[in-house]
Amino acid sequence: MSVKKIFIAGFGGQGVLLIGRMLAYAAMYEEKEVTWMPSYGPEMRGGTANCTVCISEDPIASPLASTCDVLVAMNGPSLDKFESMLLPGGDLFINSSIVTQKATRTDVNVYYVDCNKIAEEKVGNGKTANMVMLGAIIQITNIVGLAIMEQVFEKVMTGGKTALIALNMKALEAWTK
Amino acid sequence: MKPVFEYTKGMREMELHYCPGCTHGIAHRLIMEVLEERGDLGNCIAVSPVGCSIVAHHYLDVDMIEAAHGRAPATASGIKRVHPDSPVFTYQGDGDLASIGTAEIVHAAHRGEKFCTFFINNAIYGMTGGQMAPTTLIGQKSTTCVEGRTVAQAGMPLRMAELIATIDGAVFVERVSLSSPAEIRKAKKAIQRAFEVQEKKLGFAFIEILSTCPTNWGLNPVDSIEWLKENMIPYYPLKQFKCPEEVK
Amino acid sequence: MTEKKLMKGNEAFAKAALNAGCRYYFGYPITPQNEIPEYMSRELAKVGGAFIQAESELAAVNMAYGAAAAGGRVMISSSSPGIALMQEGISLLASVQLPVVILNIMRGGPGIGSIQPGQADYNQVTRGGGNGDYHCIVYAPSSIQETMDMITKAFEVAEEYRNPVIIAADGMLGQMMEPVIIPEAKPALTEEEIPAAKPWALTGHKNKRERIAINSVWLEQELLEDYINGYWPKYIKAEKELAEYEAVNLEDAETVFVAFGSTARVVLEAMDILAKEGIKTGLIRPKTLWPFPNEAFSKIGPKTKQIISVELSQGQMIHDVKYALEGRLPVALINRVGGMLIDPVEVAERTKKILEVK
Repeated sequence: MSVKKIFIAGFGGQGVLLIGRMLAYAAMYEEKEVTWMPSYGPEMRGGTANCTVCISEDPIASPLASTCDVLVAMNGPSLDKFESMLLPGGDLFINSSIVTQKATRTDVNVYYVDCNKIAEEKVGNGKTANMVMLGAIIQITNIVGLAIMEQVFEKVMTGGKTALIALNMKALEAWTK
Repeated sequence: MKPVFEYTKGMREMELHYCPGCTHGIAHRLIMEVLEERGDLGNCIAVSPVGCSIVAHHYLDVDMIEAAHGRAPATASGIKRVHPDSPVFTYQGDGDLASIGTAEIVHAAHRGEKFCTFFINNAIYGMTGGQMAPTTLIGQKSTTCVEGRTVAQAGMPLRMAELIATIDGAVFVERVSLSSPAEIRKAKKAIQRAFEVQEKKLGFAFIEILSTCPTNWGLNPVDSIEWLKENMIPYYPLKQFKCPEEVK
Repeated sequence: MTEKKLMKGNEAFAKAALNAGCRYYFGYPITPQNEIPEYMSRELAKVGGAFIQAESELAAVNMAYGAAAAGGRVMISSSSPGIALMQEGISLLASVQLPVVILNIMRGGPGIGSIQPGQADYNQVTRGGGNGDYHCIVYAPSSIQETMDMITKAFEVAEEYRNPVIIAADGMLGQMMEPVIIPEAKPALTEEEIPAAKPWALTGHKNKRERIAINSVWLEQELLEDYINGYWPKYIKAEKELAEYEAVNLEDAETVFVAFGSTARVVLEAMDILAKEGIKTGLIRPKTLWPFPNEAFSKIGPKTKQIISVELSQGQMIHDVKYALEGRLPVALINRVGGMLIDPVEVAERTKKILEVK
C-alpha cells in the first residue's frame, strides 16, 4: 500500500493530536510504517492545531502532507483552510456538532459526524467525542482495523484510566454510516 | 631548630609572576594552607578565572581548570555534579565575577551550590591594563575613566558580598581584607569556615577578599595597603554577613 | 530489545543519551527542543545522574565544560540561537580537547528567528562557529531512529577523539513521532572508574600523581602553535575515517540531489514524483556534515548532468558540494528559509524548471 496521508485539524483542546496519535499507535501495532507530525508553535497556545499521520507498508519519506487522502475538520476554520488539501476521491470527515457549513468539494466523499451528540446520547459520555470521530475514520477508511484499537487503548490508558478502555471501544463503534 | 615557616605545601615551588605588592600571592597561600591543614590537597579541584590569576594553575598544586571569563561558577557546578564529595572552589577577580560573570555567581548562590568562591576585589581590572571595574570607587581613576569614576557615567560601585548575602542559598558570606597581619589571620579563618561549610554540604560559601593592585593604582606596595584601608574598607565594610550555626 | 515504541523525537533523543551512559545534562528552555531538558529533569536522577536547568545556554555549556573535565559523560542541547550563544564554550571545549555531545535542534534564523525547522546552522556547525582553529564533528540524522543511533555513537566518537560532537537535527525530527527500537542501555562509569578510563580528567591528585591543570590560554605563542599542530592529526584521521553518506540511484540518475536531515526525506518523495514523469534522479545524503563526505561525489555516474542542493537555508551546504565536485558539474539550489518547510511537490516543480522540462 502506498503512503496514505491523514490530516486532522481543529482548535487546541479538541483532541486533534490525540486522534492522530491513536491512529499512529494502531498502525505501529499492525506493523505498518507510520509517522505523526504535529503543528507546534503559537497556534498551539489557543489557536488551531493540526497533525499529519502517514501510514504505509514501506518506509515513509516525507512526514508532511501538502495533499492528503483523508481530511478531518473538527472546526469551521479548519474546514475553510484545509478543504483544498484533500485529493479527489478522498474522504472528508466533518465534526457537524460545531461545524455549520457544508463541504464545497463535490469530488470527495463527505461524512458529517455529530461527535458530541453521539458521545452524549449513544455512548453516554460527552468526553468520548473525539473517539467517536476516530471510529468513523476507521470504519470508512479501514486504514487500521477496529480490533487493534483495544490493544492501543490498553497501552495508552494505563493506571486509573483502564476503566475507560471499554467506554472508548464503545465510542469507536457508536457512529454508523 | 624548629622551623617557624616553610614553603606552603600546596604552592608549587616557582616564582610568581604577580606584581610586587600584589596580594594574590597571600590569597593563594592562605587557601592552600587551609587545604593542607584539612588534608584536602589531594581531593581538591579548583577553577581559575580570566584575569591576572588566569595562571593560578601554575602555582597551585591541586587539579585545576581555567574557565571562560565569568563562567567559573558554572564550570564548578558541573565539576561538583561529577565529584560531589570533593572540595571545589572558584577564584575570581572583579571583571570575572562582578561584570561578565554576574549571572553565573548569582545563580550558583541561588542554587545553593556546594562549593566556595573566593572573590578578589581590587577595584580595578589588572590583567588588561587598568580599566574601570564595577568595584572601582567614585573618583578613582582608571584607563576608562581617566578623570575618575562618576555616578552619572558608571553608577555606584557594586558591593558583591551584600548582593550575594541577600540570596538564601548563600549560607556563608564574609568580606575580609589582606591589609594587615591581623586581617590576614581573619581572612584565613573565614577560608577555613568556607571549606567546613562545603564539607558539611550546608550551601554556597562566598568570601570577598579586599586586595591591592599597586601597578594599576599607580602606587607603591606600602602606599597601596594604606590606600586600601583608607578608601576601600569604608565603602566595602569588613563583615561576616551570614554564617551557619554549624560552623560558628 | 526489539519491540518498537512510538516516541516523540526529542524524548527519544534524551532516552538514547541516557542508554548510552550519559549521566549529566545541563540545559535552558528553547523551542523546539524543550522535551529534552524536561525528560532529563525527570529521568537523570533515577539513574544516579544530575540535571541542572542552567541560567542560560552560556552557563549550560560551561557546566558541561566542568563536568566533562571532571570525567563525566555529558550532553547538552539547544536550538540555533542558543547554540550561537554556546559557541564560546564550544571553542573552549575544543581548545582543551574535551568530549561533549551537543544536540542542535535547528530552527530558522538568523537572530531569534523562527521556532519552525531550519537548516541554516550548517555554517555555524561546520565552520568553527567559535573562534580559532578547531572542528566539531557533526552528524546529520534524517529519522528519529538514526538520531538515536548517532547519539549513541557520538559519545564514543567524542571520547575517542576528545572533541565536541554535534548532532544537527531539526525541529521536525524533534517534534514528530515514529516507531523506534530503543538502543540497549549501557552502564555509566562510576566516579571511582574515572581515573583509569580517563587519565586526563580532574579527579583530585590524591597525593598519588602530579596535579592536572587544564588551560585554554597560552601566554607563549610558540607553545600554542606546537599544541595546535599536536592535536591537528586527529582531524586528518577524522576526515579519513568518520565521513558517512547514503547514496540513492546514482548509477541511473541524470540529476543528483544533495540533501541532509529531514529535507532528504522530502527529496526522496519528490524523486518518486519525478520518476513517475520519467525524470531519473538520485540522491547523495550526507550523514556527517563535518567531515563532509567528498568521496560520495566521485561515485556520480557519467549520465548525471545536473546537481541540485536542497536546503532549508540560503545555500550553505552548496559550497561544500561545489568544492567536492571540483567544478565538474553545474550546481543549482532549491531552498526555503526562515522556518518554512519545503514539500515534495515544490521540489519536483522547481527541479523541472531547473531542467527546463515543459
